[in-house]
Amino acid sequence: MIGFVAKTALRNATRHRLRSALTVLGLVVAFLAFGLLRTVVNAWYAGADAASDARLVTRNAVSLVFPLPLSYRDRIRSVDGVESVAWGNWFGGVYIEESNFFPQFAIGGPYLDMYPEFQIPDDQRLAFERDQRGAIAGRKTAEKYGWQVGDVIPIKGTIFQGDWPFVLRGIYDGRDPGTDESQFFFHWKYLNESIKQRSPTRGDNVGFYVIEVSNPKRVAEISETIDERFQNSIAETLTETEKAFQLGFVAMTEAIVIAIEVVAYVVILIILAVLANTMAMSVRERTSEYATLKALGFSPLTVGSLIMLESIMLCAIGAGLAITLTYPAADGFARAVQDFLPVFQVAEETPYLQAGFAAIVAFIAAITPAIRAGNVTIVEGLRSVA
Amino acid sequence: MAQIPFSYVWRNLQTRKVTTLLTAGGMALVVFVYATVLMMEAGLQQTLVQTGSYDNVTVIRKGSQTEVQSGVDREQANILESQPEVAIGQDGQKLFAKESVVLITMPRRDDGKPANVIIRGTDDKGFTLRPQVQLMQGRMFRPGSNEVIAGRAIAERFRGAGIGEKIKFGQREWTVVGVFDAGKTGFNSEIWADRDQAMQSFRRSSFSAATFKLANSSQFDALKKRMENDQRLTVELKRETQFYADQSRFMTAFISYLGLTLSVIFSIGAIIGAMITMYAAVANRVGEIGTLRALGFQRKGILWAFLTESLLLSLLGGVVGVIFASSLQWLTISTMNWQTFSELAFSFTLTGAIVVKSLIFSLIMGVVGGFLPAIRASRMKIVDALRAG
Repeated sequence: MIGFVAKTALRNATRHRLRSALTVLGLVVAFLAFGLLRTVVNAWYAGADAASDARLVTRNAVSLVFPLPLSYRDRIRSVDGVESVAWGNWFGGVYIEESNFFPQFAIGGPYLDMYPEFQIPDDQRLAFERDQRGAIAGRKTAEKYGWQVGDVIPIKGTIFQGDWPFVLRGIYDGRDPGTDESQFFFHWKYLNESIKQRSPTRGDNVGFYVIEVSNPKRVAEISETIDERFQNSIAETLTETEKAFQLGFVAMTEAIVIAIEVVAYVVILIILAVLANTMAMSVRERTSEYATLKALGFSPLTVGSLIMLESIMLCAIGAGLAITLTYPAADGFARAVQDFLPVFQVAEETPYLQAGFAAIVAFIAAITPAIRAGNVTIVEGLRSVA
Repeated sequence: MAQIPFSYVWRNLQTRKVTTLLTAGGMALVVFVYATVLMMEAGLQQTLVQTGSYDNVTVIRKGSQTEVQSGVDREQANILESQPEVAIGQDGQKLFAKESVVLITMPRRDDGKPANVIIRGTDDKGFTLRPQVQLMQGRMFRPGSNEVIAGRAIAERFRGAGIGEKIKFGQREWTVVGVFDAGKTGFNSEIWADRDQAMQSFRRSSFSAATFKLANSSQFDALKKRMENDQRLTVELKRETQFYADQSRFMTAFISYLGLTLSVIFSIGAIIGAMITMYAAVANRVGEIGTLRALGFQRKGILWAFLTESLLLSLLGGVVGVIFASSLQWLTISTMNWQTFSELAFSFTLTGAIVVKSLIFSLIMGVVGGFLPAIRASRMKIVDALRAG
């Protein structure tokens, strides 16, 4: 019996080759779009996902554009539970032209030790340490502009005026697939010396501190202690985990992320409309056949499951193709959007979501036609003309 | 022989209600998304372009791109102010505003999440230069006091920014004494304070930027050239309209990029939907087509009838989609502008051009989806078609 249903459903699905092919194509496009949109949303949160809960970021409470004095370093280090303190400045320079964007940081202290996810060969690391004007770039940025170790990279400052030529001493690779490989680091000391030469009052300031704690369970308590220490001072601080810090950035652009998420679900509705349409049409055309089946003694359940199975088959093929195509499509997309979204990867759960929605779509699209076909009265069904 | 009557086409759509609704519904969703993206782009552009006045000039430090990053010291500002091209106001003073712009982080009202808000330290010139800024509620801040006025979008969306509330920044508490409305401009997403007070509390010695009005609009290019080549100055001059348009370039590019990709992908889905429907319509009416042909209707007429049917279907979808999209006009959304890193509120804006574009877009979907099935219908041989029926 099951064999019969399966065989008939398969034959039904291939009866209108053109229509079935179009339907499957529509499903592929839609599930593919859904997968890519999910990936865009994930990419938005990539920075926060890769961020550590055990690292704290301390910044000026007023806003990121205000600096903190370098003298805070020792006072932060003396807080109980703080293992080490590094610091950095957002540089915001322009490489040749404005559209070439990658994040640049002037870093000081044991910054690179605190980020083991940035993997740098030992000799390159040493060369960087020794060269005051040295810099380290992520693999992605280096490849994008064709940089080799030893190249001079001219960067024009926007926040810190002037031309800043750096010598590329190393290229780091990400330890995890989610690691951002687009960043560019150089010595904070170099930046500071230059600032001091031009305007001594602006020197010895840092943009933010990164703090490693000995026990990740104590982060809440430690960040509170740090902020209390600088209350009512010239520059009050705000300390939070790196993850919260990154999420703060995401939250500011949340409207767009939400819009993309909504669109992803609209896609599913469109898929539903296409498939439901196909199923409704098929059933209408075959009303007399279903009536014949019933006249032969098949139960409404069997007739209904014929339709359901056909819908599931179409959906399975469509979703299967779409899931397979999602990976190469995401790779192509990643190249196009790498300036906006440095980490663009299909998440593990995305294919499962696609498959799950495929199942739901298959069911909803077929349920009404299936019930209608099951309930068709033999006499009327036989009389009906498609 | 006459054309196939329009009512034939119309009745065909009515007969298959479910299919018509599903197909048109799919198209409506696509048109909705398409129109929404265009509306977002238009809203964003309108907000930023209207923020400036064509006759105003914004001066920032060379290469700094935004006011927040820029710095213009007093000496440079004075040189600029003394130029003869700067307009003179009714009080006999130059219409030249030296302003200090900083970003601060404030919690949103709804979820307490922080976002960056612009504090503009300005004086009465700042108001004269921007007539679109109108006090809506309360009063102006008193010069030399810890009083501020907040833009409408900020007052509504941020904690402590409503009238009578207090904001803490720069080691002081500031009282909000007024709320201003600046139409659909970016100033609505700012807080304005007394310039000297703001500079003091943020320990700034130089201004961020200067804005002035030209006495004669046509002098801009000459003045720009002269000032940017002046050895004493390291500044960049832009018409205020251009300045704000540049600020949104990144965002606008991103939105249109995303929107275009989505629209293309979606429209493929919708076209396929229309094709399936139209092929089925043709298959169901083979006999009918034979009869029509036998009655003397031309192939062209058949082609036209099916194409019209598809166009009607897509037009229905398009109209519904646009109607849904137009309801978004009452929505204001805010996001961070990547170039300035500050909060920017804007509304979806429906223009006539967007309506036309959306409807054309839906009709194109109808033509592409309906063309092949209509060809098939028109190519049928009378004998075969009649036999099949």
